[in-house]
Amino acid sequence: MSQWTKITTLSEIPKLGSRVVRSAKGDIAVFRTDDDRVFALHDSCPHKKGPLSQGIVYGDKVACPLHSWQISLVDGHAQDPDEGQTACFSVKVEDGMVYLEL
Amino acid sequence: MEKMKLVVVGNGMAGMRTVEELLKISPDLYDITVFGDEPHPNYNRIMLSPVLAGEQTIDDIILNSREWYAENNITLHTGKKIHKIDRRLRMAFAEDGTFALYDRMLIATGSTPFMLPIPGKDLKGVIGFRDIKDVDAMIATAGTHKHAVVIGGGLLGLEAANGLKIQGMDVTVIHKNEWLLERQLDKTAGLMLQRSLEAKGLSFKLNMDTKQLIGENGHVKAIQFEDGSELAADLVVMAVGIRPNYALAESAGIHCDRGIVVNDTMQTFDPRVYSVGECVAHRGISYGLVAPLFEMAKVCANHLANFGIGQYKGSVTSTKLKVTGIDLFSAGDFTGNEDTEEIVLHDAVGGIYKKIVIKDDKIIGSVLYGDTTDGSWYFQLLRDGKPIHEIRDNLMFGQDSLGNTGHEGQDKVSAMTDEMEVCGCNGVCKGTIVKAIQEKGLFSIDDVKKQTKAGSSCGSCVGLVEQILVSTLGGGYAPPSSAKTICGCSDKGHEEIRQQIRDNKYLNIPDAIKGMAWRTPNGCATCRPALNYYLISTWPHEAVDDPQSRFINERVHANIQKDGTYSVIPRMYGGVTTPSQLRKIADVADKYAVPMVKVTGGQRIDLLGVKKEDLVDMWADLDMPSGYAYSKGIRTVKTCVGSEFCRFGTQNSTQMGIDIEKAFDHMWAPHKVKFAVSGCPRNCAESGIKDVGIIGVDSGWEMYVGGNGGIKTEVAQFLCKVKTSDEVLEYSGAFIQIYREEARYLDRTVHWIERVGLEYVKRRVIEDAEGRKAAYERLLYALQGAVEPWSERVKKRNEHKEFEDITI
Repeated sequence: MSQWTKITTLSEIPKLGSRVVRSAKGDIAVFRTDDDRVFALHDSCPHKKGPLSQGIVYGDKVACPLHSWQISLVDGHAQDPDEGQTACFSVKVEDGMVYLEL
Repeated sequence: MEKMKLVVVGNGMAGMRTVEELLKISPDLYDITVFGDEPHPNYNRIMLSPVLAGEQTIDDIILNSREWYAENNITLHTGKKIHKIDRRLRMAFAEDGTFALYDRMLIATGSTPFMLPIPGKDLKGVIGFRDIKDVDAMIATAGTHKHAVVIGGGLLGLEAANGLKIQGMDVTVIHKNEWLLERQLDKTAGLMLQRSLEAKGLSFKLNMDTKQLIGENGHVKAIQFEDGSELAADLVVMAVGIRPNYALAESAGIHCDRGIVVNDTMQTFDPRVYSVGECVAHRGISYGLVAPLFEMAKVCANHLANFGIGQYKGSVTSTKLKVTGIDLFSAGDFTGNEDTEEIVLHDAVGGIYKKIVIKDDKIIGSVLYGDTTDGSWYFQLLRDGKPIHEIRDNLMFGQDSLGNTGHEGQDKVSAMTDEMEVCGCNGVCKGTIVKAIQEKGLFSIDDVKKQTKAGSSCGSCVGLVEQILVSTLGGGYAPPSSAKTICGCSDKGHEEIRQQIRDNKYLNIPDAIKGMAWRTPNGCATCRPALNYYLISTWPHEAVDDPQSRFINERVHANIQKDGTYSVIPRMYGGVTTPSQLRKIADVADKYAVPMVKVTGGQRIDLLGVKKEDLVDMWADLDMPSGYAYSKGIRTVKTCVGSEFCRFGTQNSTQMGIDIEKAFDHMWAPHKVKFAVSGCPRNCAESGIKDVGIIGVDSGWEMYVGGNGGIKTEVAQFLCKVKTSDEVLEYSGAFIQIYREEARYLDRTVHWIERVGLEYVKRRVIEDAEGRKAAYERLLYALQGAVEPWSERVKKRNEHKEFEDITI
């Protein structure tokens, strides 16, 4: 059974940045876009497992810090011409608090 | 709201390239309908020669499959020729009665081969060389007949002749001029080419005019010349030129003058109608090569998307013959006249001929035969109109941009086999790149980088990739202009962006992106780090330094490693350390179980494999300043022992190195900056391969700039000689400051100097004493009050929650 888990407040995630959540399912990167949308991906690039949480966030994408693969925050897909996908997690914000579905 | 309707007449490379460019920047603006008179989807016409030669198949050269049209919601009508446009009703009608309404129209009807108006031209077996149908006819004839005649010794004619020969026919090329390719080659190169082609089994009849074609039962049988002589011919290919297809546009009342007349925005005299490709006459010129078409497509798409920027100002073209085993290249005015100079290298036995035509210190044309390695370099110098006196001595011997590491020392792609590795970083072979260019329809270095990864890591093989593009595409390749745009988010170049940041005093990234009309809301991973650097270097102490626009290494002040751990390198000024420092480093390495301790190339110690959460504690324990080993900024100042201990030393190089490293500590730059100071000309600190290399001599210090020991070894060039160590600081500081202010982000000093010229640097740093002092002052001002990042992070460790992981 999956359930919503309280993570942190929205303000504790920097805009165009991320926080890493250590969970039983591995490290999860929780991103915040410029327009305050929040996304959660497995913190591992489909290419060579680079920590996506450490990449540069722009629009709804993140560039992996190791080899600059561009990963969609929305669905975890690598952008053309690269191929691969990182697992996504559901995340929501309520009253300034961020919840992750695990 | 209903979308506007765009009707594209012509389903060829120019039209579809425009549609692709349009979809890239404005995918939802139009409902698009495409009419093409050929039964095929868009294919790569310039690859027809390899198809005829049996090196490619039709499927290989399809650029846009039918699925592509469907995916992009484009209505495609193949095999339907538009024969009437009603501009009042805004409708286009095909011969079979199909019609379409338009709000805007793009005419890209291309060209047709010019057929000599001689008796017999309508006989069966007399064809042009333009489309798949022609290629099919040639291959079919080759299966049953023997004698082929190609009229026209131009590029297309020779490629057709070569293909027919490979298909097994006896081929004779008829040419009315004294030598082949007279529009691309001078006589010397033309004769060399003829000899090579004769060695391949082709026959030539030069200075010949065709009188008529003789038929039998409606099929061509022979060709007769003006002098009465005859030659057997089962197939005649006319390749004497092309004619723009503008009859349709003209019949619709659109102004034409030997082509559809367009302005610099590719608009015809009807504002709703645009036109691109071989059918247009732009400033009186029609182009028959693919590179200009792509430039037109880009401009046209921009205007169709209502962005209204971008102008097409005509193209300088270059050509290359796509005949396997023959290397020739030509561009610009290669004939010259009494106002021009020539540099010529001619090795008749080795089969190499190179000619560069120069006027007013600029290259205006070039012909290369046998060795075309430097063709694209000359072409770029030509297009950019770059003064060449500084490089004139070496011009003939090539750019020397090759010979880098990572590809077995190869610098000539023609000498490489398909299996040889071009890109040593990503393991990409020559054959893979050639195949991708041909089958995926790639036309630029960026295309190749994206599709194959070759050249996308360290970049040392880009020169080879460019050669492969040139040899595979011929005239289809246009080298990128040196005024390149920052990234896909903006059409502006680096210089323009820096200027606008200065003029408008942008102090943060959101203002800059908004003010300069970026296409994306917050840039991308390419432009944001560049913008951030431009802001803080232009407005020190005022601009906001945005950590989210910095690469992770600069954000956390450590180097990320392949497994997500980091490396910690403290400063050791001038490479000098002490026993207590070493003890401290050893203790820290023990305490945090550092997996590897390594001495770096920059004379300091690297603690590798550190977990991110240990970084701050480690810095606290180390109590040493950051070595900035992760930065686009000042890295190390490497020194030799110098006069304090060395029996050869003439100057105290260690102290000089320490002084420089302390003076310029914390400095950000467009790329990493490395110094070295040697105490005598034996140069043990390797000053010759550093951004700034100082060499002590008995009477003072020599300064060298623009060296590089990395991807490509670049020897630093002599800048000047000074007397005192204060002068060393002032001169090198001024040099670095001007580099900081004017270079493009990710330019090393060598790349910047290559672009502006050493003379310029000398003028700014040596001749202009006031300017030098002012530049040095600006650097010192920028560095004033700089904060040591590690101790700062230790002090404010509780404020930076973002670096802490959340455990659940």
